[in-house]
Amino acid sequence: MAGAQVKTWLAPVLAQRRRLRRWRRQLVIIFAVIGPGLITATVNQDAGGIYTYSLAGAQFGYLLLWTVLPIALALYITQEMSARLGVATGKGLSDLVREEFGFRTTFFLMLALLATNLGNILAEFAGVAASAELFGVSRYIAVPAAAVLLWLLVLQGSHRSVEKIFLVGCVFYLAYVFSAVLAKPDWLTAAYHTVRPTVEWNASYLLLVVGLVGSTIAPWQFFYLQAGVVERGVPRVRYWETRADLLAGSLSCAVIVFSIIVACGATLHQAGMVNLRDAADAAHALRPFTQYASALFAFGLLTASLLAASIVPLSTAYVICEGLGVEASLNRPFREAPTFYSLYTALIVVGAGLILLPGTPLVRIMVLSQVVNGLLLPVVLVFLLVLVNRRDLVGEWRNSSGQNLVAGATAGLMIALAAILAYWGLTGLPGAK
Amino acid sequence: MIHVTEVLDSSVYDAQGNYVGRVRELCLVPAEQPNRIARLVISRGRYQPLVARYDQVASVAPGTVRLNAGELQLGLYEPNEGWLTVRKDLLDQQIIDIHGRKVVRVNDVGLIEQPTDGRMELRVAQVDVGLVGAVRRLLKGVAAPGWIRLLQKRLPTRVIPWEFVDVIETDPLRRVKLKLEHSKLARLHPADIADIIEELTPAERGAVMQTLDDETAAEALGELKDELQVRILEELDKERVADIVQQMPPDEAADVLAELPAATAQEVLEDMSGPEARELAALLRFEENTAGGLMTPELFAASESSTVAAATATLRESEDGVDSLDTIYLLSEQNVLSGAVPLGRLLRAAPETPLGGLRTEQLVFVDTEAKEKQVIDLFDKYNLRSLPVVDAEQKLVGIITVDDVVSRLWQAHR
Repeated sequence: MAGAQVKTWLAPVLAQRRRLRRWRRQLVIIFAVIGPGLITATVNQDAGGIYTYSLAGAQFGYLLLWTVLPIALALYITQEMSARLGVATGKGLSDLVREEFGFRTTFFLMLALLATNLGNILAEFAGVAASAELFGVSRYIAVPAAAVLLWLLVLQGSHRSVEKIFLVGCVFYLAYVFSAVLAKPDWLTAAYHTVRPTVEWNASYLLLVVGLVGSTIAPWQFFYLQAGVVERGVPRVRYWETRADLLAGSLSCAVIVFSIIVACGATLHQAGMVNLRDAADAAHALRPFTQYASALFAFGLLTASLLAASIVPLSTAYVICEGLGVEASLNRPFREAPTFYSLYTALIVVGAGLILLPGTPLVRIMVLSQVVNGLLLPVVLVFLLVLVNRRDLVGEWRNSSGQNLVAGATAGLMIALAAILAYWGLTGLPGAK
Repeated sequence: MIHVTEVLDSSVYDAQGNYVGRVRELCLVPAEQPNRIARLVISRGRYQPLVARYDQVASVAPGTVRLNAGELQLGLYEPNEGWLTVRKDLLDQQIIDIHGRKVVRVNDVGLIEQPTDGRMELRVAQVDVGLVGAVRRLLKGVAAPGWIRLLQKRLPTRVIPWEFVDVIETDPLRRVKLKLEHSKLARLHPADIADIIEELTPAERGAVMQTLDDETAAEALGELKDELQVRILEELDKERVADIVQQMPPDEAADVLAELPAATAQEVLEDMSGPEARELAALLRFEENTAGGLMTPELFAASESSTVAAATATLRESEDGVDSLDTIYLLSEQNVLSGAVPLGRLLRAAPETPLGGLRTEQLVFVDTEAKEKQVIDLFDKYNLRSLPVVDAEQKLVGIITVDDVVSRLWQAHR
């Protein structure tokens, strides 16, 4: 028939196509690696996180560096479950919770997420205020300007251009790596402490370990990550690309945490400046050692705060509307998705507004937001673990017993840490006195 | 109107007034009747659940269900694929709102009570997707039912009548048993179907594509983003892909094939008929962002010496692409492009006029290698609706239509 005949003259055309495709696929893969995983992991290094890492470096020098790799591993394992759930079901985390656990459970989970994320947003704007003041700009100018800018950026800019800006934002995190190098640390000692755990049995040490975990693995990121994975529509056969993306994200996260601890450990700890009030304080305290490192540190803090302040409100509004079944899309006009836009706007207005009230305790807010994060995290992890083990949902993509063991241990550890964190939140903080 | 939220977990009493258990699930049996609540699954703690048929139900009120049969007459519950369960398949799940043309999530299901032969039959009347249903779900068991009813009178309602609801079921076998056809969906405009498909999960997309006929599927697919088109087609079997691709306009079909893995594209082309495959493969030679990649070979051309009458007669007999036809292209000997006649001029001219006399003063055309930007510039400058494309020997090989230019611009803009 025609088949055989077609084949002969079709061959060169298809060969040319194949070459083109291979070339394009390589581009796509590079782009896929700079995907939701990398963005999520980077955005996670927000103002509160940077404060915690700085404090870890200032108080204990290089001693806490050994936590970086295990935390990155836990981050990867938990994120991978969420991404796998997204690829296997094609649904976001809030959608799945809604479908499998019903309306009421979803409602209270969303309420908890709203409260937690409002705390996070407050912390981000606190970061904006503090870092702007380092550059000599009043918070009464910087915070409203940032709020309006972010609001316009997301509502007026199209989705794709916003994502590009976020990607560029990720690059600015390299500022921390440079400031670590500029701080001229003792690399050999740093490397030694990275692989050799040192445990000190005192409260402030343990609480900082808790803080490090809590600020690196934030609960909102699972919703954001899974939504991103679903939206990207990664086909099952190309799931390894997502894995690579997640791995890159976790590694970059490890590098940033490492850099901040090293930068502060090499300078502030050596000089005995162990008490930091906030992340900006760290940048300020770096100034006598090296001016460039201080400026880079402050710049990194500003970008981190802005980046997180642009993503967290958006992700919160999105997830809550999706979970409760309310129209949520940036591609629809206001009157078609009023709840979504109102919620988004309210989060930014409240977040920025509270920071500007005179006498707002910025440090307390930053630390409290980490505590609430830590409390919600085990809840989200339990939902994730239950869902990712459901054979009827994910089929052969469910957790293997090995994965369950590691992820379950991580979740159990988180629960224990959250309990400590809650205790910390109730009884006051050793670092913030 | 009574709501599923009010019926679920209600206490069930038998004909003697003895407590039987609680309502766990309401089931429709679409094979018997499309919207009747045909079975009540009654849970009894550790014992196997019972099933009450619709004719064993005497009355239903919020919180209380009375049967007209004794407990012993009820059957034991066995899972049945052919039953559409309200709690599992509908509540909290996504459905397609045919009337509103979008995907929504179910908060509650509204039932109407229909007295039949001294008993009460429940029929599914509407699906609640608004705030009222959410509040009802949230407050159930916390506030008194009377209070909830009072509160919900003050809230805005958002409901979808049952006849406009399309349930999404991904398992093809179960879909047959449930008599779920997407025939309602297929009546929507392809662009609306495409919008709905975008919001579904991959498995659900596959299920919807399976039920659409080739032509509708092709049109809906044409409205989707390139990546999504490819992802959907990769999931379908090759023969079906060939059927769908064959229904697409050649330029779109070529774009799709270019994106598919080469092996798949080849199989699809081999499944197609000879001339169409040849036409498509010819288009595949061109780079995507050139005039050749944008053009469609579907056009209407006539010799410049033929008359209006002859051209009209040929037009009447042709089948393909008449809807989008606005210009007739003139060819001199050896198929070299020599002019363009807008359809309007043809209509107003006397039958015996030669076409050559009707051509526009200026003939705008591009080479197959011309860049996309140049094409768009020409469309803008000369206010074109279509633009002829010629090869190196000035032979007419295709046309670019304004709709493709608009979608290119829009994609670039977004």
